Amino acid sequence: MKTLAKDPLNLIIAGVGGQGNVMISLLIGKAFIKEGYFVTIGETYGASQRSGSVMSHLRISRENQYSPFIPNGRADIILGMEPVETLRILQQFGNSDVITIANSRLIHAAGMEYPSLDKIVAAIEGLSAKSWLINATDEAMKLGDPIFANMILIGALVGSGIFPIDKKSMELVLRESFPGEKFDTNMVAFNKGMELVAQ
Amino acid sequence: MSGVGIDAPGSTQLFIGNEAIARGALEAGIGVASAYPGTPSTEIMASLISVAKEMNFYAEWSVNEKVAMEVAAGASFAGIRAITSMKQNGVNVAFDFLANLVMSGIGAGLVLVSCDDPSTISSSNEQDLRNIAKWLDIPLLEPATFQEAKDMTKWAFDLAEELNTICMIRSVTRIAHARGNVRLGELPKKEQKAHFDSICPVVPTLPKFISYPSAWLHSQLHAKLDKARELFESSPFNWYTGPEEAELLIITGGSCWLYSLEAVKALKLENKVGILKLGTIWPLPRKLIELHLGKSQKILMVEEIDPFLEGSIKELVADLPPATPRPTFYGKHSGHINAYGELNPDLVIEVIASIMNLTYESRPAEYSKKAEEIPFTYMPPRIMTFCSGCPHRATFWAIKNALRLDGRDGFVTGDIGCYTLAIGPAGFFQMRTMYCMGAGAGVANGLGKLGQFGFNQPVLAVCGDSTFFHAAIPALINGIYNKSNFTLVILDNNATAMTGFQPHPGTGVTGMGEITTAVDMEALCHSLGVQVEVCDPFDLENSTATLLKAIAQDGGPRVVIMRRECELVRGRRDKKPPYKVHVDPDKCLGEACGCDRLCTRIFGCPGLVWDSESGKATIDETICTGCGVCTDICPQGAIIREAV
Ligand code: SF4
Ligand code: SF4
Repeated sequence: MKTLAKDPLNLIIAGVGGQGNVMISLLIGKAFIKEGYFVTIGETYGASQRSGSVMSHLRISRENQYSPFIPNGRADIILGMEPVETLRILQQFGNSDVITIANSRLIHAAGMEYPSLDKIVAAIEGLSAKSWLINATDEAMKLGDPIFANMILIGALVGSGIFPIDKKSMELVLRESFPGEKFDTNMVAFNKGMELVAQ
Repeated sequence: MSGVGIDAPGSTQLFIGNEAIARGALEAGIGVASAYPGTPSTEIMASLISVAKEMNFYAEWSVNEKVAMEVAAGASFAGIRAITSMKQNGVNVAFDFLANLVMSGIGAGLVLVSCDDPSTISSSNEQDLRNIAKWLDIPLLEPATFQEAKDMTKWAFDLAEELNTICMIRSVTRIAHARGNVRLGELPKKEQKAHFDSICPVVPTLPKFISYPSAWLHSQLHAKLDKARELFESSPFNWYTGPEEAELLIITGGSCWLYSLEAVKALKLENKVGILKLGTIWPLPRKLIELHLGKSQKILMVEEIDPFLEGSIKELVADLPPATPRPTFYGKHSGHINAYGELNPDLVIEVIASIMNLTYESRPAEYSKKAEEIPFTYMPPRIMTFCSGCPHRATFWAIKNALRLDGRDGFVTGDIGCYTLAIGPAGFFQMRTMYCMGAGAGVANGLGKLGQFGFNQPVLAVCGDSTFFHAAIPALINGIYNKSNFTLVILDNNATAMTGFQPHPGTGVTGMGEITTAVDMEALCHSLGVQVEVCDPFDLENSTATLLKAIAQDGGPRVVIMRRECELVRGRRDKKPPYKVHVDPDKCLGEACGCDRLCTRIFGCPGLVWDSESGKATIDETICTGCGVCTDICPQGAIIREAV
């Protein structure tokens, strides 16, 4: 049985309402459940469809059930679906060991000015012990739907090797969650994500 | 069978608390489930209703919570186990029936699950339902984990039958909507038969299911509660962890137990601080608590919203023999924990650290400094708004323009739904009052009678379609009867959108997917003798004109129905947008246009983006749903829509 580098392992998925946070956290959570871990997922609901900032806290442990809140400054991994949201989460939950994987495609907040993407990326890198910024949305559009960005990010997370779940366990969960053809396209996206962090 | 109905005893599932509760009800063998949707309780019923047909029980979305509770009680009276679930505001709606119901006994097991929403993440008010259990003498259990949410719900049915009274489960958002491990039990396979037997076993000349003679029944209820207390003394849902003699004893329950555990661990106080975790919250197991009170001279109550445990335990201590040493209490009365809002591990860490005189560092100070130096402008806040293509944005645009054209300082009274966002920029700050379901129409009744005091501001009450059936009809009838001067605008998007698009009496389908009579709101209004107009909010010109006409009238209420399906429902079904929309960069005057970014700054659909490089508006094609409404708001005609 695999053990965790740290117990509990704290993962935060950051994004904007409507991007699919809940789906990502559920798929990852299921992979851990299959391997016999305790998993707790805390979601920000309410704003989920309505363009607010959203985050999912995933807490994984061999020992016991944790609360759905990761304490401030205690995230181990941050999976960002949008760069500004990634930075927001890093500022509150980051620490000197945190590892970040993030989508570099901006989603503008209604009526707000943005600094250049370069500045945001530099800030993300400055607050992470290690980071990967990938343009998952553009890659997803090539596959026909921006929603595949989620699967690309999961692929990147597994591919980065920082995560105690391998491709085989994730594939098992995806097969259960997506019927027939949908599974195949999702796997293409997943593999793309793995590839993007391998380069 | 999938989801909560999966027949795999012994397997571990990753359920949200609401699914765990639903599963507990299934394992208890319910025959009837009823609810009105309300965050954070909705998924209890949503997951039950999705398996009801296959698992051979009856489930419904009721018109409101009072009726939902009466439906469940009816089933219980005829010997069928029943559950009803609702959010805290829903319990208020059902309160009158509940307060009567506790006087009589029940038939088969009857359980009320009520979900509180500390910090009002998606509610119009904050309240603590534990008080209702104490007030009405209802046995109450509160789960601390997802597993307990299932196990307690299952047990609550046995308990209700043993005590012959309704039992309550209290959950909160961080149980209801969080997800965790749930190990499944068996699903019962026995047939159920309903029969109504009304003979009272004590006084055969009286019916069994009445709340009279109340004083005598009230004394019976107290005896039931004493029996519950006895049972709770040895309940497996209460336990203590920690040293035999503790420097500090924490008494907690529900969601706060995990926060307390984590806080003690983070501060490395496992050998100094003990935790008494309670799952049977009302009536409190007196002897068990007294036994543990002796463990420490310092007692900290960790609980959310009201000082419920704190007050109840202090009452208990007051009854102890005078010679017993009194511990020092920490909690809400001492100012260590707020009597509002939710808690989390960080807040509990802070409280324990301050009592124990410790310092706690969540991360290296150097890192914190670096993180805090990131300029605020790098992370512009995201204000919650209507979905892109939402009909409400168009409706409030029309309302705003109609009120401005009318020019008499008219305003909107409202209530709770997606459209509540109109208290802020999403709906151009149009909604000026917001309370419980139906309150917009109710409050408008009062405002509409102030003419004799020189009041001539037009009053526009808004309510959603589901809200109309739930609570606004009596207010409309009152307005007609008492000739109150207001316009009722029904935002009819053909779903209970905010809670996840549940059907309602106007949609023509039941919760279980059966076709039924759609209650026709125009016909209903006509039969009441009130004038009704129907508009498509996406037709801004006609909507504005119709509203203006309605506002200008005098006398009793008139109704305007703004009818357009919720965009999320449409999008999921149609899978393609009605229009392809883009901004013509030659026509968009950008900063030079006198409109001052009307499209992105004011109208504010998330699909519209201000591109600071070109200094012009553009459309984000991953967000825009192609409703085409913004085409009609651009004064330059720079936003182009082409039918798909
Ligand atoms: S869910 Fe439907 S009604 Fe609610 S904001 Fe979104 S589009 Fe509008
Ligand atoms: S057409 Fe305009 S208003 Fe409609 S969704 Fe797209 S950007 Fe928003």
